[in-house]
Amino acid sequence: MSATGIGASVRRKEDHRFITGQGRYTDDINRPGQAHAYFLRSPHAHATIKSIDFKAAAGMPGILGVYTGDDLAADKVGGLICGWMIHNKDGSPMRAGAHPALAQGKVRYVGDHVCVIVAETLAQARDASEAIVVDYDVLTAVVDTASAAGAKTVVHAEAPDNTVFNWHLGNKDETEAAFKAAKHVTRLDIVNNRLVPNAMEPRAAVGDYDDGDGVFTLYTTSQNPHVARLVLSAFIGIAPENKLRVVAPDVGGGFGSKIFIYAEETVCVWAAKKVGRPVKWNSDRTEAFLSDAHGRDHVTHAELATDADGKITGLRVKTTANLGAYLSTFSSSVPTYLYAPLLSGSYDIPAIYAEVDAVYTNTAPVDAYRGAGRPEATFVVERLIEVAARQLGRDPAKFRMQNYIKKFPHQTPVIMMYDAGNYGAALKKALEIIDYKGIGKRKRDSARNGKLRGIGFSSYIEACGIAPSAAVGSLGAGVGLWESAEVRVNPVGTVEVLTGSHSHGQGHETTFAQLVSDKLGIPIENVSIIHGDTDKVQMGMGTYGSRSGAVGMSAIFKAVDKVIAKGKKVAAYVLEADEADIDFADGHFSVKGTDRKLDFGSCALQAYVAHKFNGQDLEPGLKEGAFYDPTNFTFPAGVHICEVEIDPATGVTKIERWAAVDDFGNVINPMIVEGQVHGGIAQGVGQALLEGAKYNSDGQLVTASFMDYCMPRADDLPSFEVGMTVTACPSNPLGIKGCGEAGAIAAPPAVINAITDALGHEDIAMPATPQAVWRAAQKSITRMAAE
Amino acid sequence: MYAFTYHRPASSRQAAGLLAKKEDAKILAGGHTLLPTMKQRLAAPTALIDLGACGDLKGIVRKGRTVVIGAMSTHAEVAESAIVQEAIPGLAYLASHIGDPHVRHRGTIGGSVANNDPAADYPAALLALGATIVTNKRKLVADDFFTGLYETALEEGEIITKVVFPIVSRAGYAKFRNPASRYALVGVFVAKRGSDIRVAVTGAGEGGVFRWPEAEAALKARFAPKSLDGLKHPAKGINGDMHADPEYRAHLIGVMTKQAVAQATGK
Repeated sequence: MSATGIGASVRRKEDHRFITGQGRYTDDINRPGQAHAYFLRSPHAHATIKSIDFKAAAGMPGILGVYTGDDLAADKVGGLICGWMIHNKDGSPMRAGAHPALAQGKVRYVGDHVCVIVAETLAQARDASEAIVVDYDVLTAVVDTASAAGAKTVVHAEAPDNTVFNWHLGNKDETEAAFKAAKHVTRLDIVNNRLVPNAMEPRAAVGDYDDGDGVFTLYTTSQNPHVARLVLSAFIGIAPENKLRVVAPDVGGGFGSKIFIYAEETVCVWAAKKVGRPVKWNSDRTEAFLSDAHGRDHVTHAELATDADGKITGLRVKTTANLGAYLSTFSSSVPTYLYAPLLSGSYDIPAIYAEVDAVYTNTAPVDAYRGAGRPEATFVVERLIEVAARQLGRDPAKFRMQNYIKKFPHQTPVIMMYDAGNYGAALKKALEIIDYKGIGKRKRDSARNGKLRGIGFSSYIEACGIAPSAAVGSLGAGVGLWESAEVRVNPVGTVEVLTGSHSHGQGHETTFAQLVSDKLGIPIENVSIIHGDTDKVQMGMGTYGSRSGAVGMSAIFKAVDKVIAKGKKVAAYVLEADEADIDFADGHFSVKGTDRKLDFGSCALQAYVAHKFNGQDLEPGLKEGAFYDPTNFTFPAGVHICEVEIDPATGVTKIERWAAVDDFGNVINPMIVEGQVHGGIAQGVGQALLEGAKYNSDGQLVTASFMDYCMPRADDLPSFEVGMTVTACPSNPLGIKGCGEAGAIAAPPAVINAITDALGHEDIAMPATPQAVWRAAQKSITRMAAE
Repeated sequence: MYAFTYHRPASSRQAAGLLAKKEDAKILAGGHTLLPTMKQRLAAPTALIDLGACGDLKGIVRKGRTVVIGAMSTHAEVAESAIVQEAIPGLAYLASHIGDPHVRHRGTIGGSVANNDPAADYPAALLALGATIVTNKRKLVADDFFTGLYETALEEGEIITKVVFPIVSRAGYAKFRNPASRYALVGVFVAKRGSDIRVAVTGAGEGGVFRWPEAEAALKARFAPKSLDGLKHPAKGINGDMHADPEYRAHLIGVMTKQAVAQATGK
């Protein structure tokens, strides 16, 4: 292994510009003559708009235009779309209401877009917004997930009982039979708390229109600029794709929330032509809380059946998922195909049946957030397994080991075909790291100090590297999920790689360059990664679902192979040998059995000068592209063990130790992978202990700032002890699995299992705040005293 | 933020003059409450009078059995002051735990005291230590100064110039932070000067900072954490919000009081 090759912890190339303040984010982009947009948002969760009077506002200083939904409709700008069709149990399609970018007669959540004001300055736009008189007829709001279906208040007339779909997966009859025959049944009611994504960089957009060429340009905070262009072009109707360029420059975190195509960027790019000026919008933090698509928000009843030997025989799940006021871009896929197919976890469960009802409420739209469906599934499975082990008097580690899938490939009853894994190896390693044998003593030591100590397991599996196209297509996706790459070799052998993946914190500029440098045998400095601009990269599907390594890099791998193949042809001419006799290794083309060779840079030069061959024999140049569509999802899995100590006097839960053993297949850059694990765990701990979006009964978001919405901080976390096991992924040429979401998927049940172990009862929900834990600990203390 | 005029007088006297002249003017000290409120367009003063250049409001000195802290001293200056650390270490400790480093290098004692945020740290110290608030017009003892949520005895045109703290034999502070904002969910400052024991609680009271006489009486017998065993603060009159209902907050008052006494007694 070289110092910069595959497997090396190369320092991130992009960090120089980030940590010296030279990153270039959307808000850093300022176009000549730029104007500013301000969105007047609904203060009500649910209301009909009787009138909008903006006469006075339109005449105020600096105002260039005030636009409502009527103006968009007049220009035939369509509404926002949901790109994944889900069918009901009876085969009928889901019931979706319209999602206009600016309200048409009704607002459906606090923060919904009433109208937009475009002005010379943001302050002028805000001043004008205060002069706009909106006459609302305020309606009752429906907020609560569990009671939304069938509520008197109807969010969309198209879904008269507020139900978007009643969907199911698995084998109902076999599952019922398994429960009838069960020796023991474990039952749990679970709430998966709603989260606000809170990327460090808020969403932003700059719309620009070049009247000379009739071309729109949109600079935006997107994880997938090509998908944004496709949707804005083909569905919303801004302009044909060849007349619309979308640029996603440096993006400061996404976590899923920047996959979607939102109202603000749609309006900015449209308004640029309307006012004849570039139009910028930059979300403030309050707007981000109110209008970024939220995550999670499930209410679930789950049951696990076991036989007399402690073997799991069945799993039954009934979930209600809150999708908010409108269907965001991929919202419908999250509680369905990204959720229920993971309910088998790492376990051999012969019968599984899941029912999912999705509901509309007067809350912000809910869509994919780091893990998207898989954290919800893992929380259900790992809480059930832990509680079942406790009820059966079994050691939770041994109970898991007994029920693990041990033979691969393994077909679950819920779509997924697990290709490779070794869950027992991860568990063993994690038990060693955490010193499981010593937990009894550590619990006694804590008890002597008046503290409660607990240990919790999470043996997660997830499906990521989101693809293959045929599979997602058969499940209702409106797009294919391959990835593209183009490798451009310059005449002296430096390389530009154009990728359809998009980096917004993941370190692609380093990892991808490592792969290319390693394969071509050239210095890593000679490789540049280009992404995020539809004018440069031909087409791509973007970054989400931990897909950039498994899918994005596989496309690069394939394109590099094509470059090498072409290079061999060039070298054959130059070295005057038969193409079949040309080898390529360590950056050199050589003739088998001779000392004749040509380094990669010289080969590139020869390809461009083309003196040794004519264009009829061989095309000049060295540039190749590839599209890669994998044969399966990848299935990262692992075991996280969390150890907590609770102070019953204050309810504070301190995470004392954390062992994370993950199987990501082959790893390109271990440091970056560990960083992804750390970040994922931090977000998972955030969900388990700290974060929770709360609406009151009127639909007001009461956690609309960092004063009340608690983000994880460094001192909330222990120093993680990270280990790896490796089973290569058979469905891509690099043998790699995704690592971006694993921590966020694994962490929440590990924390809650540890807390419930410490408390001695299961009665705690996420987030397990100090107040909640204090109250739960009082019960433990009272009961312990009684015993 | 709406438009406003900005003034930067060189002395508190000039500042008072401006304050008297300008209608709807606001004093700007550290700005940690005022500026965010203005940015959110929830406050709209027509003029800001920045005390940042008023040299007479700066400085920390020891005067006899007191420590005198200029109103524009930042939390970091108080925390790092050798005088405060030596004379009233509990006060230096409190200052070193306000907000984060950014807050501590901009926020000021005068600003915090004048604003009287019910979750601010300083009011507990002033009340427990029996401090005197000196303004450009008069002197006020802490017991008469804090009158309610965000309310003080300050009158129109009055500017805090300094705070005078008596040097006590023992002082300690403990707070339980709001997990999200990290303001004091409950903060308790205890002080012992001779036989005078004072326990002041911030973050918890419906009417802002208050003293806890029962704890003071219990500690009079013996100034030790054990003296508080079995003593519970009632939930009546205690704040409730999503982070802590009155019952939990009241319970934390007891826990934090014990911790503060432990700190004051070096145990």
